[in-house]
Amino acid sequence: MSAVQSTEEFRAELRGWLEANCPEEMRDGGLGEDATCWGGRNWKFTSEAQKQWLERCAAKGYTVPTWPVEYGGAGLTRDQEKIFVEEMDRIDARKPLESFGIWMLGPALLHFGSHEQKLEYLPPIARGEVRWCQGYSEPNAGSDLANVQTRGEDKGDHWLVNGQKIWTSYADKADQIFALVRTDREAPKHKGISFLLIDMEDAGVETRPIKMISGISPFCETFFTDVKVPKHRIVGEENRGWDVAKYLLTHEREMISGGGAGLSGGGRALGAVLAETMENGMGATLRADAMRCEIDALAIGLTLERYKDQAEAGQGAGDASAMLKYMGTELNKRRHELMMTAGGSDALEWDGPLGNRAGNWLRTKANSIEGGTSEVMLSIISRRVLGLPA
Amino acid sequence: MSKLVLTEEETMLADMARGYLDGAAPVSAFRKMRDAGQTHDTKMWKDMADMGWAGVLVPEDAGGSDMGFAAANVIAQEMGKTLAVSPFLSTAVIAATALRQVSDDRAKAALAKIASGDVTYALATDEGIKHDPDATQMEARADGNGFRLTGTKTFVVDGAMADRLLVLARTAEGLTLFDIPADRAGVTRVQSNMIDARDAARIAFEDVEATGEDVLGQVDHAMDVLRPALRAGQAALAAEMTGLAAGAFGMTVDYLKERKQFGTEIGRFQALQHRAAHLWSEAEVTASAILHAGRKLDEDPDNAGLAVSLAKARATATATLAVQEGVQMHGGIGMTDDYDMGFFMKRARVAAEWLGDYSYHAEKIAELRGF
Repeated sequence: MSAVQSTEEFRAELRGWLEANCPEEMRDGGLGEDATCWGGRNWKFTSEAQKQWLERCAAKGYTVPTWPVEYGGAGLTRDQEKIFVEEMDRIDARKPLESFGIWMLGPALLHFGSHEQKLEYLPPIARGEVRWCQGYSEPNAGSDLANVQTRGEDKGDHWLVNGQKIWTSYADKADQIFALVRTDREAPKHKGISFLLIDMEDAGVETRPIKMISGISPFCETFFTDVKVPKHRIVGEENRGWDVAKYLLTHEREMISGGGAGLSGGGRALGAVLAETMENGMGATLRADAMRCEIDALAIGLTLERYKDQAEAGQGAGDASAMLKYMGTELNKRRHELMMTAGGSDALEWDGPLGNRAGNWLRTKANSIEGGTSEVMLSIISRRVLGLPA
Repeated sequence: MSKLVLTEEETMLADMARGYLDGAAPVSAFRKMRDAGQTHDTKMWKDMADMGWAGVLVPEDAGGSDMGFAAANVIAQEMGKTLAVSPFLSTAVIAATALRQVSDDRAKAALAKIASGDVTYALATDEGIKHDPDATQMEARADGNGFRLTGTKTFVVDGAMADRLLVLARTAEGLTLFDIPADRAGVTRVQSNMIDARDAARIAFEDVEATGEDVLGQVDHAMDVLRPALRAGQAALAAEMTGLAAGAFGMTVDYLKERKQFGTEIGRFQALQHRAAHLWSEAEVTASAILHAGRKLDEDPDNAGLAVSLAKARATATATLAVQEGVQMHGGIGMTDDYDMGFFMKRARVAAEWLGDYSYHAEKIAELRGF
C-alpha cells in the first residue's frame, strides 16, 4: 500500500478487492459467538468460506491492517484504516480473525519487543496460526493486579515458573500465554514483575474451564508447576514487566470500550434493532431509554475518534482510556438490558427464537469487571486526572 | 472531515477569549450586574465586536472575521465558563447565520452592522412553553404589498434589549421570517424576570406592519433561512453549556480539595471521588459532540442536524449533572445566594430549555436514526 495513494483510490481498490474476495457467507455481519474465527493450532473452521476469508485477508495483511507489512500487516494509515472499516461494514463483512494476539500482545510487542521477537511472534498472529491467552489475574490479584504471586526463579538459562492464574480467557483453546510473573520478590510490588511468553504445551502447564452464568466457559484457571521458560521469552526488561502490562491494559480497555460504543448490528441504530424485535411496537419508556442509549453511544463513538485524532496530533490521552473503558462498558450493559426488555419472553430462553441474546446479555455483566472494574477506572480518573488526594 | 482536535487558530482563539473574559467578565462581574438589575453590558459587547467576535460568522466582505462555526463554539464555550452575559448567541450566531443565507444588499448591510457591534438581534420564534417553531401560530396576514403581524412571542432571549427582531409567523402557504426593528409601531415588549437574571421578553405584536422588504428569504419558506440559524444557535448554546459545566466542575473539584470534614479533605472520600470522576467522564464525552457539531456545520452544513441535536442533548444532560453535583458536593453553602454555584445552576436550567430541551433533540435524533 503506497503512502501517496489517495484515499479515494484506496477505497476504490479495496472495494474491488472485497467484491472479488469476500465470500458471500462471510457477509452476515458476523453476529453471534460462532461467527468469530479465533485461529490457532487447533482451530476448526466452521466452513470452507471462513478458511478462505482468513487466508485471503492474511495474504493482504488485512487481519491486522495497521501493522507494518514486514510483521504481517497491511501498513495502513489511520485514514486508510477508517476506510477499511467503512468498506467492511458496508458489505456487513465478518472480521476474518479475532484474537488476543491482535488486540493485546501484538501492540505490546510492537512497542516493547525486540526485532527478532516481532519477526518470530507477529506474523503467526496475523495469519491466525497461533492463538494467545492472557495470564494476568490471580485468585488474590484481581483489581490489585500488581499483587501477582506466580513466581519465576532464575535458573541461569531459564525461569522456573510456579503459581496459578485465574480468568485466563480461552486458555483451554490457546497455544501460548503471555503472563505476569514475579521474578524479584524483594522489590516493591510494581518493580519485581516480568512479562513472560509461555507455551501452553510445555510440561507443567495445566488449565481447566470455569463455567460462567452465561452458560459458557470462556474463562479458565491455569496452573504452572515447575514450568521451564527459556530466557529469550521475556518481553521488555527483567523486572520491568509492569510497563508492558500497563501498556497492554490500555489497549485492552480501549478494545472493551470500543465494543460498548459500537452500535449493535453494525452501524444500525439501537432503536431500529429494538423495534424489529418488538411485536407491538416499542412502549414510550423503552423508546426513551433507547434514545438515551443512542445519544450516549454516538457521543462515546465520537470520543474514541477524538482521542485517536489527539494521539495522532501528539496530544496523548493518557489516563483517559480509563474513562472510555468506564463509559463504554456501562453503556454496553445498558444496551443489552434494553435488548432483553425488547425481546421479552423470547429473550429468556437459551438459544431460543432470538439466538443467544440472553447469553450475550449475561456476558456483558463482566464488561465492567474485566480489564479493571468501573470503580478502579473511577479511582484512576479521580486521582490521576482530577488530582484528588489518595 | 477535519480532525476532532482544536486547530492552532482555535487554540489561540480560546486562549485569547479566556484571557479577556477572566479579566472583563468573571463571575463576580455577573453578580454585580445582577445586583444592579442590569441584563446587559453595552461596553463589553463593543469590546467583543472589536475583537472580531460579533463578526465571527460575518463574511469578510461585510466586515466580519468569518472564523466559522467551530470558532463560534470556542468563544461560546469560554463565555460559559465565567457566565459572561452578551447578545453573542442571538446576534453574532443566530441572526448572522440567518442573514448570510440571503445574498442581497440589505442582508449584507445588516451583517456589517452586526460585525461592527452596532446592531443587536433577538430571535422571536416560541409561542408556547416549549421550543417548537413548526407549531408557530402567529399570523402574518397579507395586506396589499405587505403583511400585518398579530400574536405573542414568549421566551425571546435578549428580546428587551435587542434593536431588531427576527420574527417567525404563519403566511398563506407556510412560515415566513421577518426582520423588523424592535420599536416598530404595535410591538410591545415586557421583560421577563428570569431565574438566570438575563434578558428575555414576552413580545406582543398588534397589527404590526411589515413590508416585502422586511421578509428575510422567501415568503412561506422561512425554514430555508431559519434552520441553519437554529442549528448554529443550538450548537453554540451547547458549547456555552459545556463551558458552564466546566466552570461549575472546576469550582467543585477545588472545593473537594480544600474543604475538610471528619478531619480530612472531603476529596479523599471515595464516594465523592467516584461521583466527580463520573461527572468528568460525562463532560469529556460531551466535549467530543460539541467539537463534532462545529466541524459538521463548517464542512457539511446540510447534514449537520444529527450532530447538532447530539451536541445540544448531551450538553443539556451534562450541564444539568454538573450543577446538581456541584450544589450537592458543596453542601449547604452551595445553596446560598452568596456563593456562585447557584448562578451556574440557574443558567444551566434556562439554557437547557432554550432552542429545544433534551427530549426535543432526542426526538430529532430518533427520527434521523430511524426509530
